[in-house]
Amino acid sequence: MSKGKVWKYGDDVNTDVIFPGKYTYSVLDPEEMAKHALEDLDPEFAHKVKPGDIVVAGKNFGCGSSREQAATCLKHAGVQAVIAKSFARIFFRNAINQGLPVVQCSEAVDNIQGGGEISIDFATGVIESQKGVFDFAPLPESVLQILDAGGLIPYIKKKMEREKNHGENNA
Amino acid sequence: MGQTFSEKVLGAKAGKTVKAGEIVFVSPDYILSHDNSAAIIQEFRKLAIERVKCTEKIVIVLDHVVPASTEKYAQNHKDIREFVKEQDIPHFFDVFHGICHQVFSENGFALPGKLILGADSHTTSYGAFGAFSVGIGRSEAASVWATDETWLKVPETIRIEMSGKLPAMVFAKDIILNIIGKEGADRANYKAVEFAGQAAQDFSLASRLVMANMAAEMGAKNGYFVPDEKALTWLEERAQSEFEVVVSDSDANYEAVLDYDISAIEPQVACPHTVDNVRPVTEVQGTPFHQAIIGTCTNGRIEDLKVAAQILRGKKVHPDVRVLVIPASRKEYLQVLQQGDLEALVDAGCLVLNPGCGPCLGAHQGVLAPGEVAISTANRNFRGRMGSRDSAIYLASPATVAASALEGSITDPRKYA
Ligand code: SF4
Repeated sequence: MSKGKVWKYGDDVNTDVIFPGKYTYSVLDPEEMAKHALEDLDPEFAHKVKPGDIVVAGKNFGCGSSREQAATCLKHAGVQAVIAKSFARIFFRNAINQGLPVVQCSEAVDNIQGGGEISIDFATGVIESQKGVFDFAPLPESVLQILDAGGLIPYIKKKMEREKNHGENNA
Repeated sequence: MGQTFSEKVLGAKAGKTVKAGEIVFVSPDYILSHDNSAAIIQEFRKLAIERVKCTEKIVIVLDHVVPASTEKYAQNHKDIREFVKEQDIPHFFDVFHGICHQVFSENGFALPGKLILGADSHTTSYGAFGAFSVGIGRSEAASVWATDETWLKVPETIRIEMSGKLPAMVFAKDIILNIIGKEGADRANYKAVEFAGQAAQDFSLASRLVMANMAAEMGAKNGYFVPDEKALTWLEERAQSEFEVVVSDSDANYEAVLDYDISAIEPQVACPHTVDNVRPVTEVQGTPFHQAIIGTCTNGRIEDLKVAAQILRGKKVHPDVRVLVIPASRKEYLQVLQQGDLEALVDAGCLVLNPGCGPCLGAHQGVLAPGEVAISTANRNFRGRMGSRDSAIYLASPATVAASALEGSITDPRKYA
């Protein structure tokens, strides 16, 4: 649990402003994707974001397209987590599948300001900030496992290897 | 307590009785992807396994940037074609078929009671035929290819009860825009939406597709219409597999029941830059624009192009605007061509593009320059979606877009009734 600087945005931050559609089939490298993170919302973001920074936003974060790059670009820009009042469902899944923790906590969003430093404990569900301490419902164990593995693909890969080894040991 | 459609379909898949809120592990009937299959293949390769597990369930349609506009897109398409061969994927639709949601439907994969996953947010479309269809991301699509399984939360259901008859020059697009405007872009987040009532059954299948498609714009996990005689007759000659009609019980538990009298709704326009920023056309008429788009997966079917042709026939589009027409698929294209509607549109000054996503996602064919404004029959008007971040998009029905194209500014289509 390390401290991160807050980038604060409003409601309905959609996937087109997080990762513009014009790049969706031309930019395939995650590090390249990171250079366009939030480009159409805040052109400064991608230049100034530091590893461990935290995005805080209002309701319905990630609405719109199913493009997973919206999560990938934030992850590879170094974003530690996104805290929002609510998430659009496909973004929520994509973020977890990309190993980017998502935290739903309206109280924190209402109180935390951009530019400050906060820290998040994902296992216990606690956000600490100068504005106070905020609790959120921790993600279920199964989801934390995917995050720990670094995303769905590495998680499935490990699982399939385990099952294969298990099968061979039993043979 | 009875069960909703969503509880029944997911319960049947999970092999037990389930309630909204539960998480189930399920195996889909079909899984759709498009040009993003190139990225899904990359993810799949990382799993270091040789074969996909569910060859016959995979449906791939190339539609987003077709034909390829750059070397990079061409390489993506090539990688996909090679993968399709390597894995013997039987349901592959190359660049000349049309937009995935139309192609998937007209080829009989969108079937009642089926569980369909799609690596595209508008996968909700297939609810028009009574399917449970839901959008997923790329990594997830790759993992489903590999494992034939994923987890889903059983959604709560919002029932939208529609009564009354459509007024002249008002269409399904106006109704769904009105609903999204009233309820908000996140009203149905994580939830299922059931379109019900006599008016729902009166809608043509094409109109049902418009509404189920745009359910995604209110955040819905899936949209649903009861598959009636009309739907079953249409499916008869194209169904790819056996299916069973699944409907909600009369005493099912709904999160909310919303009543809409559609006879009171005027033509609607979604204004920049969110789909729920909706106003009646009378409040925005006279707004000038540069480009009009009639088509896409939302409104590029025969009935849409027919009404546009009806308004534009024998006239000329305003000289200050460019009008792009995009049929949803080659099959729809051929029919409007044979019926003379396309001829009327070309004669009026429209430019007909090949069936595909075209400018809808701002990747090619008619992207917008800074300061430009478009009016479109597509489903999304987010900032920068169609090109420059300093452009703007209005969304409306094909009738409103056609009438506006004539006048060069947003126009009430009832003038041309
Ligand atoms: S036409 Fe537009 S909304 Fe439809 S599938 Fe293509 S990009 Fe998506």
